[in-house]
Amino acid sequence: MKSILILLVCLMPVLAVAGEAKDIATDQVTEKRMIGLAENLRCLVCQNESLASSHAELAEDLRREVREQIKKGMTDEQIIDYLVTRYGDFVLYNPPVKSYTMLLWFGPFTLFLVAGAGLFYQLRKRRKSVPETDLTPEAQHRAAAMLNNDKENQV
Amino acid sequence: MMRFMLPLVAFLVLAVFLYVGLHLDPHEVPSPLIGKPAPAFSLPQLHEPNKQFSAQEMRGKVWMLNVWSSWCVSCKEEHPVLVALAQKNIVPVYGLDYKDKPEDAEAWLAGAGNPYVLSAADREGRVGIDYGVYGVPETYLIDKQGVIRYKQIGPVTVQSLNEKILPMVAELQKK
Repeated sequence: MKSILILLVCLMPVLAVAGEAKDIATDQVTEKRMIGLAENLRCLVCQNESLASSHAELAEDLRREVREQIKKGMTDEQIIDYLVTRYGDFVLYNPPVKSYTMLLWFGPFTLFLVAGAGLFYQLRKRRKSVPETDLTPEAQHRAAAMLNNDKENQV
Repeated sequence: MMRFMLPLVAFLVLAVFLYVGLHLDPHEVPSPLIGKPAPAFSLPQLHEPNKQFSAQEMRGKVWMLNVWSSWCVSCKEEHPVLVALAQKNIVPVYGLDYKDKPEDAEAWLAGAGNPYVLSAADREGRVGIDYGVYGVPETYLIDKQGVIRYKQIGPVTVQSLNEKILPMVAELQKK
């Protein structure tokens, strides 16, 4: 009796693990492809998590859906299309270039170019406003003498 | 003059962006299904599981599909609004009981009142995925041709009913 009880207690962790393992597909290839896809898709519930890492119930359902579609032999594009028609471009971490994403894609570069042009313009203007002073031959002579003097002193 | 104007303009532009950003809700993801045919489905009815309900049956009627669940907290908030709407008989409200246990769902409706003509039981949440449901409650307004015209994300409120949904219903029913 006692030994049966001990055996049961020892088995408890095994039972606990069995409950958690249901999300793992038996097929490793499918699982890898699913995770590869899901890493680039946004979970709609927790928004800053990918579909691969989210524990939200919807994410689990969507992973199941992606797995099933992979098994059906659908291509990655078809699966992504499937999700985009339902949830919109929002599910993509890599938003497509469209008229309303122009600012997102090209805004930073435009800003960089404008700022760069501004800086270039300002620097040129400044160079013009600070004129290079031409030394008179006399002053040049003196300067040279002083510099030479310095050199001699150093040696 | 220019020296002061440029930073001022830059500041104002930034301030406008931030101000608008304050009022945006990142949880309201615009549905790509608006203006598209409502996805077809056929599901067992909640109260009579041996009978089916399909979206195609609703052709020729303007109707609302409310996605709800007994475990959903915000649904409880919108429930009285739906019950009041159902009593007015303006537009039929059908329920999509999302990922719920039928016994829990029935108990909840028995207690709080049932605003639905009927509810379809989506136990696996697959129809929910077809409709792009990502948080319950969500409500779809579907026209006579079976096209989704409006989607309410989050609870239906008296304000959203009066300002958006009911005017649209009236217009769609005329067509």
